[in-house]
Amino acid sequence: MKIKVLFFASCRDAVGHRSCDWEIAEGYRVADLQRELVAAYPQLAAVQQVLSVAVNAEYVGDHTVLKAGDEVALIPPVSGG
Amino acid sequence: MGADVFKITADPIKPDDLFAGVVRDENGAVATFAGVVRNHSGDKQTDYLVYEAYPIMAEKKMAEIGDELKAQWGVVDVAMVHRVGKLEIGEISVLIAVASPHRAEALAACQYAIDRLKQIVPIWKKEVGVGGESWVEGPQAADEGS
Repeated sequence: MKIKVLFFASCRDAVGHRSCDWEIAEGYRVADLQRELVAAYPQLAAVQQVLSVAVNAEYVGDHTVLKAGDEVALIPPVSGG
Repeated sequence: MGADVFKITADPIKPDDLFAGVVRDENGAVATFAGVVRNHSGDKQTDYLVYEAYPIMAEKKMAEIGDELKAQWGVVDVAMVHRVGKLEIGEISVLIAVASPHRAEALAACQYAIDRLKQIVPIWKKEVGVGGESWVEGPQAADEGS
Protein backbone atom coordinates (compact mmCIF):
# COMPACT_ATOMS: atom_id res chain seq x y z
CA MET A 1 0.00 0.00 0.00
CA LYS A 2 1.16 3.50 -0.73
CA ILE A 3 0.71 6.70 1.22
CA LYS A 4 1.84 10.23 0.45
CA VAL A 5 4.05 12.12 2.89
CA LEU A 6 4.19 15.93 2.89
CA PHE A 7 7.04 17.99 4.32
CA PHE A 8 6.70 21.65 5.28
CA ALA A 9 8.99 24.49 6.29
CA SER A 10 12.08 23.24 8.15
CA CYS A 11 11.13 19.62 7.41
CA ARG A 12 11.08 20.30 3.70
CA ASP A 13 14.45 22.02 3.91
CA ALA A 14 15.78 19.06 5.91
CA VAL A 15 14.69 16.35 3.46
CA GLY A 16 15.07 18.40 0.30
CA HIS A 17 11.61 17.87 -1.20
CA ARG A 18 7.96 18.69 -0.60
CA SER A 19 6.51 15.22 -0.71
CA CYS A 20 7.22 11.58 -1.37
CA ASP A 21 5.36 8.30 -1.73
CA TRP A 22 5.89 5.77 1.02
CA GLU A 23 5.21 2.04 1.06
CA ILE A 24 3.38 0.75 4.12
CA ALA A 25 2.09 -2.61 5.35
CA GLU A 26 -1.22 -3.54 6.99
CA GLY A 27 -1.52 -2.13 10.51
CA TYR A 28 1.23 0.44 9.92
CA ARG A 29 1.01 3.28 12.45
CA VAL A 30 2.12 6.91 12.48
CA ALA A 31 4.90 5.96 14.90
CA ASP A 32 6.18 3.37 12.39
CA LEU A 33 6.30 6.02 9.70
CA GLN A 34 8.13 8.45 11.95
CA ARG A 35 10.72 5.81 12.79
CA GLU A 36 11.27 4.87 9.15
CA LEU A 37 11.41 8.49 8.02
CA VAL A 38 14.11 9.30 10.56
CA ALA A 39 16.04 6.24 9.38
CA ALA A 40 15.75 7.41 5.77
CA TYR A 41 16.34 11.08 6.60
CA PRO A 42 18.61 11.23 9.69
CA GLN A 43 18.42 15.02 9.54
CA LEU A 44 14.81 14.73 10.79
CA ALA A 45 15.98 13.23 14.09
CA ALA A 46 16.77 16.67 15.50
CA VAL A 47 13.26 18.00 14.91
CA GLN A 48 11.20 14.86 15.33
CA GLN A 49 10.34 15.54 18.97
CA VAL A 50 8.56 18.77 18.16
CA LEU A 51 6.71 17.60 15.07
CA SER A 52 2.97 17.11 14.94
CA VAL A 53 1.49 14.75 12.41
CA ALA A 54 -1.65 15.20 10.36
CA VAL A 55 -3.44 12.52 8.38
CA ASN A 56 -5.75 13.77 5.66
CA ALA A 57 -5.55 17.30 7.09
CA GLU A 58 -6.36 16.40 10.69
CA TYR A 59 -3.98 16.19 13.66
CA VAL A 60 -3.51 12.61 14.86
CA GLY A 61 -1.61 10.73 17.55
CA ASP A 62 1.28 8.28 17.14
CA HIS A 63 -0.94 5.22 17.32
CA THR A 64 -3.16 6.11 14.40
CA VAL A 65 -3.20 3.31 11.85
CA LEU A 66 -2.51 4.42 8.29
CA LYS A 67 -4.26 3.13 5.21
CA ALA A 68 -3.65 3.18 1.49
CA GLY A 69 -3.95 6.62 -0.07
CA ASP A 70 -3.59 8.57 3.16
CA GLU A 71 -1.93 11.96 2.97
CA VAL A 72 0.38 12.30 5.95
CA ALA A 73 1.89 15.68 6.78
CA LEU A 74 4.78 16.39 9.11
CA ILE A 75 3.86 19.63 10.86
CA PRO A 76 6.68 21.63 12.47
CA PRO A 77 5.60 24.02 15.25
CA VAL A 78 3.38 26.52 13.48
CA SER A 79 4.21 30.22 13.24
CA GLY A 80 1.43 31.91 11.36
CA GLY A 81 0.13 35.35 12.22
CA MET B 1 -25.57 33.85 8.81
CA GLY B 2 -23.28 35.53 6.33
CA ALA B 3 -20.92 33.55 4.17
CA ASP B 4 -17.90 33.10 6.39
CA VAL B 5 -14.51 33.24 4.69
CA PHE B 6 -11.50 31.10 5.61
CA LYS B 7 -8.79 31.41 3.05
CA ILE B 8 -5.10 31.03 2.30
CA THR B 9 -4.05 33.34 -0.51
CA ALA B 10 -0.95 34.41 -2.38
CA ASP B 11 -2.58 37.73 -3.26
CA PRO B 12 -2.37 40.94 -1.22
CA ILE B 13 -5.07 41.08 1.45
CA LYS B 14 -7.69 43.79 1.03
CA PRO B 15 -9.09 44.78 4.44
CA ASP B 16 -12.17 46.50 3.01
CA ASP B 17 -13.35 43.35 1.27
CA LEU B 18 -13.04 41.27 4.41
CA PHE B 19 -14.73 43.95 6.48
CA ALA B 20 -17.62 44.24 4.06
CA GLY B 21 -18.06 40.48 4.16
CA VAL B 22 -19.04 40.41 7.82
CA VAL B 23 -21.20 43.55 7.95
CA ARG B 24 -24.88 42.73 8.25
CA ASP B 25 -27.90 44.60 9.52
CA GLU B 26 -27.90 42.51 12.72
CA ASN B 27 -24.28 43.30 13.54
CA GLY B 28 -23.47 46.43 15.51
CA ALA B 29 -19.79 45.66 15.97
CA VAL B 30 -16.94 44.55 13.74
CA ALA B 31 -13.57 43.79 15.33
CA THR B 32 -10.63 43.36 13.00
CA PHE B 33 -7.07 42.25 13.55
CA ALA B 34 -4.29 42.66 11.03
CA GLY B 35 -0.88 41.07 11.38
CA VAL B 36 1.66 43.24 9.61
CA VAL B 37 5.23 42.41 8.63
CA ARG B 38 7.60 44.20 10.98
CA ASN B 39 11.20 45.20 10.28
CA HIS B 40 12.80 43.32 13.15
CA SER B 41 12.61 40.18 15.22
CA GLY B 42 14.17 40.60 18.63
CA ASP B 43 17.39 42.48 17.92
CA LYS B 44 17.67 41.18 14.35
CA GLN B 45 16.72 43.20 11.33
CA THR B 46 14.18 41.61 9.00
CA ASP B 47 14.29 42.34 5.27
CA TYR B 48 11.18 40.35 4.38
CA LEU B 49 9.19 37.27 5.38
CA VAL B 50 8.20 34.18 3.49
CA TYR B 51 5.04 32.40 4.60
CA GLU B 52 4.18 28.84 3.73
CA ALA B 53 1.00 26.91 4.50
CA TYR B 54 -0.61 23.53 4.15
CA PRO B 55 -3.58 25.20 2.50
CA ILE B 56 -6.27 22.51 2.72
CA MET B 57 -5.62 21.90 6.38
CA ALA B 58 -5.06 25.56 7.20
CA GLU B 59 -8.44 26.55 5.76
CA LYS B 60 -10.10 23.65 7.56
CA LYS B 61 -8.54 24.66 10.88
CA MET B 62 -9.53 28.28 10.39
CA ALA B 63 -13.11 27.13 9.78
CA GLU B 64 -12.93 25.14 13.02
CA ILE B 65 -11.85 28.30 14.82
CA GLY B 66 -14.86 30.00 13.29
CA ASP B 67 -17.04 27.26 14.76
CA GLU B 68 -15.41 27.77 18.15
CA LEU B 69 -16.19 31.49 18.00
CA LYS B 70 -19.83 30.82 17.25
CA ALA B 71 -20.09 28.22 20.01
CA GLN B 72 -18.47 30.43 22.61
CA TRP B 73 -19.74 33.91 21.72
CA GLY B 74 -22.99 33.23 19.96
CA VAL B 75 -23.84 34.88 16.71
CA VAL B 76 -20.73 36.10 14.98
CA ASP B 77 -19.75 36.40 11.37
CA VAL B 78 -16.15 35.56 10.73
CA ALA B 79 -13.60 36.12 8.01
CA MET B 80 -9.99 34.94 8.29
CA VAL B 81 -7.46 35.27 5.50
CA HIS B 82 -3.75 34.45 5.71
CA ARG B 83 -1.30 35.24 3.00
CA VAL B 84 1.55 33.04 1.76
CA GLY B 85 4.65 33.75 -0.28
CA LYS B 86 7.08 36.65 0.05
CA LEU B 87 5.83 39.59 2.10
CA GLU B 88 7.56 42.93 2.40
CA ILE B 89 7.72 45.11 5.51
CA GLY B 90 4.34 46.71 6.16
CA GLU B 91 2.29 44.17 4.21
CA ILE B 92 -0.61 42.38 5.87
CA SER B 93 0.11 38.73 6.61
CA VAL B 94 -3.19 37.89 8.27
CA LEU B 95 -6.51 39.63 8.61
CA ILE B 96 -9.37 38.58 10.84
CA ALA B 97 -12.77 40.25 10.95
CA VAL B 98 -15.38 39.23 13.49
CA ALA B 99 -18.83 40.77 13.64
CA SER B 100 -21.54 40.45 16.25
CA PRO B 101 -24.52 42.44 17.49
CA HIS B 102 -22.47 43.99 20.32
CA ARG B 103 -18.83 44.93 20.80
CA ALA B 104 -17.84 42.71 23.73
CA GLU B 105 -18.38 39.50 21.78
CA ALA B 106 -16.67 40.77 18.64
CA LEU B 107 -13.59 41.99 20.51
CA ALA B 108 -13.19 38.86 22.61
CA ALA B 109 -13.77 36.55 19.69
CA CYS B 110 -11.28 38.40 17.50
CA GLN B 111 -8.58 38.15 20.15
CA TYR B 112 -9.30 34.45 20.57
CA ALA B 113 -9.23 33.87 16.82
CA ILE B 114 -5.70 35.21 16.30
CA ASP B 115 -4.39 33.45 19.41
CA ARG B 116 -5.90 30.18 18.24
CA LEU B 117 -4.64 30.64 14.68
CA LYS B 118 -1.13 30.89 16.05
CA GLN B 119 -1.62 27.62 17.93
CA ILE B 120 -3.21 25.24 15.47
CA VAL B 121 -3.25 26.52 11.89
CA PRO B 122 -0.45 24.97 9.79
CA ILE B 123 1.31 28.09 8.56
CA TRP B 124 5.01 28.82 8.88
CA LYS B 125 7.03 32.00 8.71
CA LYS B 126 10.59 32.34 7.49
CA GLU B 127 12.50 35.45 8.43
CA VAL B 128 15.02 36.70 5.92
CA GLY B 129 17.51 39.35 6.95
CA VAL B 130 21.13 40.39 6.97
CA GLY B 131 22.16 37.39 9.03
CA GLY B 132 20.54 34.89 6.68
CA GLU B 133 17.20 33.16 6.83
CA SER B 134 15.50 30.96 9.37
CA TRP B 135 12.12 29.35 9.96
CA VAL B 136 10.36 30.63 13.04
CA GLU B 137 9.27 27.55 14.94
CA GLY B 138 8.73 26.73 18.54
CA PRO B 139 7.50 28.57 21.61
CA GLN B 140 8.84 31.94 20.56
CA ALA B 141 6.45 31.96 17.61
CA ALA B 142 3.43 32.60 19.82
CA ASP B 143 5.14 35.23 21.95
CA GLU B 144 7.01 37.29 19.43
CA GLY B 145 4.64 37.18 16.49
CA SER B 146 2.35 39.90 15.32
